[in-house]
Amino acid sequence: MQWDEFFVTGEPLIYGAMVSIALVSAAIMFTLFYFKKWGWLWREWLTTVDHKRIGIMYIISALAMLFRGGMDALMLRTQLAFPDMNFLSAQHYDEIFTTHGTIMIIFMAMPFLIGLMNIVVPLQIGARDVAFPYLNALSFWSFFFGAMLFNISFVIGGSPDAGWTSYTPLAGAAMNPGPGQNFYLLGLQLSGIGTLATGINFMVTIIKMRAPGMKMFQMPIFSWSTLVTSFIIVFAFPILTVALALMTIDRIFGSQFFTLTGEGMPMMWVNLFWMWGHPEVYIVVLPAFGIFSEIISTFARKQLFGYKAMVLSMIVIAGLSFLVWVHHFFTMGMGAFVNSVFSISTMLIAVPTGVKIFNWLGTLHKGRIQLTTPMLWSLAFIPSFVIGGVTGVMLGMAAADYQFHNSYFLVAHFHYVLISGTVFACFAGLVYWYPKMFGHKLNEKLGKLSLWFFVIGFHVCFFPQYFVGLDGMPRRVFTIMPEWMPLNVISTVGAFGMGAGFAIFVYSIYYSLRYNEREKTGDSWDGRTLEWATPTPVPFYNFATVPKVDGPDAFLAMKEKGETTFEEEKLEPIHMPSSTGQPIIMMSFMFIASFGLVFEWIWMAVAGLIAGIIMMAIRSFDYDDGFYVKVDEIKRTERKVRGL
Amino acid sequence: MSAHELKSGPLEYRTSQGRMNILGFWIFLAAEIVLFSTLFATYAVLFGRTADAPLPGELFEIKTVLIMTFLLLVSSFTCGVAVNEMRRGSVKGLITWLIITLALGLGFLGFEIYEFAHYTHEGATLQSSAFWSAFFVLTGTHGLHVTLGIGWAILLLIQLVKRGLTPVTSQKVFIISLYWHFLDVIWIFIFTSVYLIGMVV
Ligand code: HEM
Ligand SMILES: [Cu+2]
Repeated sequence: MQWDEFFVTGEPLIYGAMVSIALVSAAIMFTLFYFKKWGWLWREWLTTVDHKRIGIMYIISALAMLFRGGMDALMLRTQLAFPDMNFLSAQHYDEIFTTHGTIMIIFMAMPFLIGLMNIVVPLQIGARDVAFPYLNALSFWSFFFGAMLFNISFVIGGSPDAGWTSYTPLAGAAMNPGPGQNFYLLGLQLSGIGTLATGINFMVTIIKMRAPGMKMFQMPIFSWSTLVTSFIIVFAFPILTVALALMTIDRIFGSQFFTLTGEGMPMMWVNLFWMWGHPEVYIVVLPAFGIFSEIISTFARKQLFGYKAMVLSMIVIAGLSFLVWVHHFFTMGMGAFVNSVFSISTMLIAVPTGVKIFNWLGTLHKGRIQLTTPMLWSLAFIPSFVIGGVTGVMLGMAAADYQFHNSYFLVAHFHYVLISGTVFACFAGLVYWYPKMFGHKLNEKLGKLSLWFFVIGFHVCFFPQYFVGLDGMPRRVFTIMPEWMPLNVISTVGAFGMGAGFAIFVYSIYYSLRYNEREKTGDSWDGRTLEWATPTPVPFYNFATVPKVDGPDAFLAMKEKGETTFEEEKLEPIHMPSSTGQPIIMMSFMFIASFGLVFEWIWMAVAGLIAGIIMMAIRSFDYDDGFYVKVDEIKRTERKVRGL
Repeated sequence: MSAHELKSGPLEYRTSQGRMNILGFWIFLAAEIVLFSTLFATYAVLFGRTADAPLPGELFEIKTVLIMTFLLLVSSFTCGVAVNEMRRGSVKGLITWLIITLALGLGFLGFEIYEFAHYTHEGATLQSSAFWSAFFVLTGTHGLHVTLGIGWAILLLIQLVKRGLTPVTSQKVFIISLYWHFLDVIWIFIFTSVYLIGMVV
């Protein structure tokens, strides 16, 4: 391979990207050297196994990915508003919608939510950590290196261009040679390992580590949504693992699973992809439901209405999510009977979802509503999500789908559910739990300003797409017919409005860091659940004394009884895991192995894999059992953070 | 995370971390079941799509497959004996039976490699058709799991020699025994739905 094949060349946009990557990296390196922060970075962050820090790292990475995916989106929209300007070529357009979709779903939405889970769930259930802290760090680094592998594709080797669904034979070696598609396969595979591990980790954490007395049906709803999501992860991700592996073997080792020669079956990819892909949609939306439930109940100052119905409907949704995958390809000719079955199962999902909507409304009903930023995001979510849901039922009607399929109607639908469901929830959750993470609130004024830009921009961007879709505009086209112009221009304006909202949000982080008042109590919003029972900053062991729980809204009950999580007489030494550099090292070897496979340099892949396996062996011999925090130290820490 | 230990019950369940590790591993096995189910489904869908390559019935040899099945089934049994020795508190018994288990597993692998070489020689390779791709990937994934299991168990043997039976080592042994039995169960499905059915086609 030549160097000019290795680096992507020939486009001013790419050169610009290369220069900015180089500048940003240089700036980061320089700052770290200048302030001698390497040791701090390594000790406090890169080797941490603390669930709160891991959560923060997840969220920072996810915000970076939201930026990258958002830039992609703006480029796509710019091209569609001015198709004659030839801003993007057809090939470049294909690459950008592929990376946009993949990054948004795999490297933004899921990690953002997993980040919030990491920070919140152990605190909510009164635990001192997750069940497997080491594995948790491993999960994060596997996501991180998977995301990096995927992201470097646009300057090294070339981006994938077959859509985030990567249908075969289009994505096969015959029609799509070169490293682009391999980046997709290995980037997802690498981060998928971590996602599966996270699912297992949270299942065990929630089942085994709840505070004494906390029954399953007294658990905060966000923790419930995490548990249900973990189930979906454990049962859906291995399907993706296999699908990606089969396509990798097809492309690199010449097997015939999805080829048109050797009697392979391209349709099998589509089935496998969506058997994972549809549940994936619920992996990103159920935690979002959990976040909204917490926020609505907190700021309506009421217990969540219909708590049990909320939990049960989540479980039903999780079950149904595995039975509807065919609705993504009604038009591929399975016949009327199969289509009808999947049409009905699809529409059934609307029932438990409707239950949830009514329960949120029930919680709001007669509540003493406080219009904080997180609450506003939640209120904006309800009607937007209903629009997305109703159009989803329309798409679920197999016969009608012959009209909607692969049109902008579909693009509008899934953005309505994904953005109003997941992205609004990410913002809402981040603003809501921000004081718990950093010890100060985000500025409310800037928060609301960014919300209005984002929410209005969102509707301006995506509502017109329903109509342009009904007018026949297909998805994934880089140029359009004149009659679709006006609505596309409107749509692009909305997209830039969302971009402005995001920019204001990022600014509000900086602004609040400098000017907002620090919090001392830890109970920023007069909360109801146990995460607010800890002081801020949360000591690394979370709870000095673990509370006893005997009902829902545990912290509310504690406040009424005047209890705290720091009862000096009851202190005992606390056992905690030690930090370790193994996870980041192990995963960087796996990164090298994957990079080798991307370029089909087998020697490199094998070397990386062997190094990774050696790291696992080292781990097997590692009997480091953590350490004990002494009672004195706990006392000192707690007195300091509580200002006693 | 707390290190409170129980005073009775099987050694591997005494620490709360041990109990969590075992539960976590059961959940991992559930994920493995999904993984293998997907491979089985793929195999079933591609069944008979042999293109110009030989048919499975022409190549599968009942004798080798029976020997492989026998080796693996017996190894599952010896692995059970090993855990039984562990429960009795005998490190020596545990190590002996674990080594026997590994030897049987290695025998299984040897036959599998011989078998793959033989098929390749007869013109049925990973590349020759969709059916053979599915065959090699399904059985190969199982074989890879066996290989990993052997490597893992060797690491464990070293730890047993060095540390003897502790709640940690015994929990590790227990987990690997779950893994080993799981591989046996998967093999039974491969034996029936791949070899026995393939034999008559
Ligand atoms: C600023 C907000 C966003 C804008 C303006 C935007 C815009 C777009 C555009 C223009 C396309 C390509 C349509 C085409 O030509 O095929 C697209 C596709 C897509 N978007 Fe977004 N998007 C945004 C946010 C999101 C988010 C948050 C998600 C997921 C959580 C998401 C998921 C997807 C997916 C899965 C595709 C399909 C990619 C494909 O066709 O392969 N988008 N989006
Ligand atoms: Cu779906």
